[in-house]
Amino acid sequence: MIGFENVRKEYPGGTLAVQDFSLEIASHESVVLVGTSGSGKTTLMRMINRMVDPTSGRVHIDGDDVTSLDPVQLRRSIGYVMQASGLLPHRTVLDNITTVPVLRGTAKREARTHAHELMEIVGLDAALAERYPSQLSGGQQQRVGVARGLAADPNILLMDEPFGAVDPIVRAELQRELQHLQRDLRKTIVFVTHDIDEAFLLGDRVAILRPGGIIAQVGTPQEILADPADDFVSSFVGADRGARTLHVERVDGRDVVVDADGRPAGVLAASGDRSAGEGAADGRTRERSS
Amino acid sequence: MTGSPFLDSLRWLGDSAHWTGPGGIPLRTLEHLGYTALGVLVAALLAVPIGLYVGHSGRGKGVAVAAAGAARALPTLGLVTLFALLVGIGLTAPLLSFVILAIPSLLAGAYSAVESAEPATVDAARAQGMTEWQILTRVELPLGMPLLVGGFRGATVQVVATAMLAAYVGSGGLGRYIFQGLGSQNYPQMIAGSLLVIALALVLDLTLLLAQRLTAPPGVRAS
Ligand SMILES: Nc1ncnc2c1ncn2[C@@H]1O[C@H](COP(=O)(O)OP(=O)(O)OP(=O)(O)O)[C@@H](O)[C@H]1O
Ligand SMILES: [Mg+2]
Repeated sequence: MIGFENVRKEYPGGTLAVQDFSLEIASHESVVLVGTSGSGKTTLMRMINRMVDPTSGRVHIDGDDVTSLDPVQLRRSIGYVMQASGLLPHRTVLDNITTVPVLRGTAKREARTHAHELMEIVGLDAALAERYPSQLSGGQQQRVGVARGLAADPNILLMDEPFGAVDPIVRAELQRELQHLQRDLRKTIVFVTHDIDEAFLLGDRVAILRPGGIIAQVGTPQEILADPADDFVSSFVGADRGARTLHVERVDGRDVVVDADGRPAGVLAASGDRSAGEGAADGRTRERSS
Repeated sequence: MTGSPFLDSLRWLGDSAHWTGPGGIPLRTLEHLGYTALGVLVAALLAVPIGLYVGHSGRGKGVAVAAAGAARALPTLGLVTLFALLVGIGLTAPLLSFVILAIPSLLAGAYSAVESAEPATVDAARAQGMTEWQILTRVELPLGMPLLVGGFRGATVQVVATAMLAAYVGSGGLGRYIFQGLGSQNYPQMIAGSLLVIALALVLDLTLLLAQRLTAPPGVRAS
């Protein structure tokens, strides 16, 4: 369990990044922080692994105040996927992924074997193993960052906009993979994103933050959608734009779901026992004939 | 003797008699290299740890820069003379001066090497659970190694060019030819000695330049 108790962070120079933040994150729970840029998400996340020390207040993990823990051991025990990949430029992909296990004393060969598995999980071609970060695309670098975060099999995983630089298809794959990991391994995950759909997909609970780390609303995706706390939350989840108010229109004999602005959001799955393939073929025929 | 002291100096260099024995060129060159190496190494023992500390912690940078600047401003011949007056004729006085001469380059090389690592990279290394020592030795130093070697290069070239002053206070090295030649008005020998010092400086400079290239971290310059 991770607990924030009245945490405040004032950076030297006077920026008040977090005013007074309290939140409990249960073990095996995934909590997603969303909020505008500069609302203190990264700051909060880095308090968990002591990369940032709160000006006042307390952060604890399983009852231990983090300030009582050795920062080096603490950081090695927590997976941290950084906002800007944060790879070591002079180390290959494989050496970057094995950094933490090797620091923790895992045999190099074992760590490398595991790293190859992780590369596959995050969808990185094995041919990239010996490349340097500068020879990768931004999305590939991010995936290396994700693999590195998972490498030491940590109980706590901090993920700061880990999928920001990957294309929508890969992102969907990575999201699915993370959901699997979450279902199988039951890690405690703190995830930061700007993408509210990603937040609702991955978060058991979502915390929507205003500037200063003020929680506008925290709850399950269902709770937030059903009952946005205020206009800020409404606009954040798109409820004010009608993006969340869907209704069905019948188009060419099919049930198309459209939002309040009339933009199509999807098609209702066909009822009955038709397979998706037949349905799609059906759709094409109709398109051609119209 | 012909009229050209330069041609005479080449002739002097070509004379096989000058290439053997205790006063011969090979031995004098080795002495010269020895003084240089000793001066640079002693200076490195002092300056590199301080430079690494300053670069890693960011503490004491103002003091280090001021001290390096002050050391650079000291006239070496004056120092050698002063130390010779204090500690007497022999190797100690010139060596002390070489150490002082070498410190600024080494200090600057060491702290700029450590400082050259991107703050974001250092932050990432720390976030993964590296100790400060591991950050220094596994991240900052490998990334900054060419700059550190550059500090050695600057120091070495300065000391090798100045090491002839050892002979000024009675020690050996290639400076012997120069000061002896000066005393006996043997200009070809003086020029030959200078040419040898210049050649040695060039060789060392190029060797260390190569070392700088070779220590460049992989992946950083690769494109
Ligand atoms: N090291 C620092 N020194 C001073 N100010 C900082 C530092 N880090 C962050 N800040 C400031 O604190 C505030 C919160 O920053 P933080 O990085 O936590 O925001 P964020 O919610 O993660 O933003 P983004 O979505 O853009 O990543 C910002 O105003 C930022 O400028
Ligand atoms: Mg951030």
